[in-house]
Amino acid sequence: MADTTLFELVSPEKLVMSKSVSMVVVPGAEGFFGVLPRHTSMLSTLAPGVIDVYEGDKVTDSLFVVNGFAEVTEERCTVLAEEVILVDDIDTDKYEKQIEALKDEASRSEGDSAEKIRKNIEEREHILAAMIKAKNT
Amino acid sequence: MPNLKDLKVRINSVQSTQKITSAMKMVAAAKLRRAQEQAEEARPYSQRMDRMIAALAGKMNNIGGPALLAGTGSEEKFLLVVMTADRGLCGGFNSSIVRATRKRIAELQGNGKSVKLLCVGKKGADQLRRDASDLITDALEGIAKGAIEFAAASDIGARLIQMFEAGEFDVCSLIYNKFQSAMTQIVTEQQIIPASVPEEADAAPSLGAYEYEPDEEQILAELLPRNVSTQVFSALLENTASEHGARMTAMDSATRNAGDMIDKLTLTYNRTRQAFITKELIEIISGAEAL
Repeated sequence: MADTTLFELVSPEKLVMSKSVSMVVVPGAEGFFGVLPRHTSMLSTLAPGVIDVYEGDKVTDSLFVVNGFAEVTEERCTVLAEEVILVDDIDTDKYEKQIEALKDEASRSEGDSAEKIRKNIEEREHILAAMIKAKNT
Repeated sequence: MPNLKDLKVRINSVQSTQKITSAMKMVAAAKLRRAQEQAEEARPYSQRMDRMIAALAGKMNNIGGPALLAGTGSEEKFLLVVMTADRGLCGGFNSSIVRATRKRIAELQGNGKSVKLLCVGKKGADQLRRDASDLITDALEGIAKGAIEFAAASDIGARLIQMFEAGEFDVCSLIYNKFQSAMTQIVTEQQIIPASVPEEADAAPSLGAYEYEPDEEQILAELLPRNVSTQVFSALLENTASEHGARMTAMDSATRNAGDMIDKLTLTYNRTRQAFITKELIEIISGAEAL
């Protein structure tokens, strides 16, 4: 069919989703973009955020992705993501705890490793912020 | 003449060994199925990752590209990531990897290169420590306990990249067992840094037709480290599947050997018992005749 595009969502563990959809909205690193059938071929990195899958006019699936890439061609849209979480299953507490633990570690270490942990914390806080935002909308 | 009681004890002990090996075989078979499924499910991710890299690398070839793809320009320092199991009792699984590693070390050192090792899995580290302990930079264990998580692979990946950026090596390869079937595992060496670019034929139709957001270099800079982790991950999965396959086969033949042994011992036991009875009969009869 001409007015659907094949959407594939792949995590390292498995192929999470593979189906024909009418549109997907993907959180690109430089802003959200919608992928409709016959979209120009492109590659993009993703910001942590929510992918909305549209079938017809309705959103059928909303998935939160972390650390991902999107590959779009005329007939398909492939998203590779390191972590995929259903929006309803987002567990912010777990992330908050991880950040706490990292902060703890950062206060105990020095020099290069502390710098690295700080970066890690920043990255995670960024993800957490995106999660909270996703949960509340 | 062997003592009847000793034989009985022997048979019992072999029987309980057989029980253990057959239980281990069953466990390995169940784990193998799970590991195989996991490896199967992880395949799409690495396939698509390869496709993206092929598309990008095709473009980058002309202008060089980052060090993770193009290399450092020299090929002097090698890092071998040796993947083995944490546990033994799986036939030649660990030794065949260690043998391949030793061969590779000798070959590289013969050519005047320097070699370092990173061991993943306890058994390989133990065996290599005997003659190559000064080459081992670190040994990791406990990764293949239960299901393998991507986080574990990405830790190893991050570590490799850190070492690479610190200039500790120019070329990095994984040595692991590729799963072919429960009976056969193939020792495989796979170069991951600089990334070996998949055949361009796969990506040819769409080559160069992509738009990039933000731009090629930034995407590559994110994609390549991910790719290292992904390759480590799939190697870990293959390796685990192979380990369980090897253990299953080994335990199967151990069970069969124990069965053969029990048969032989039972035969001896029965013969001895019979000889004993005959002897007693003869004694009774000749005693009666003497009266």
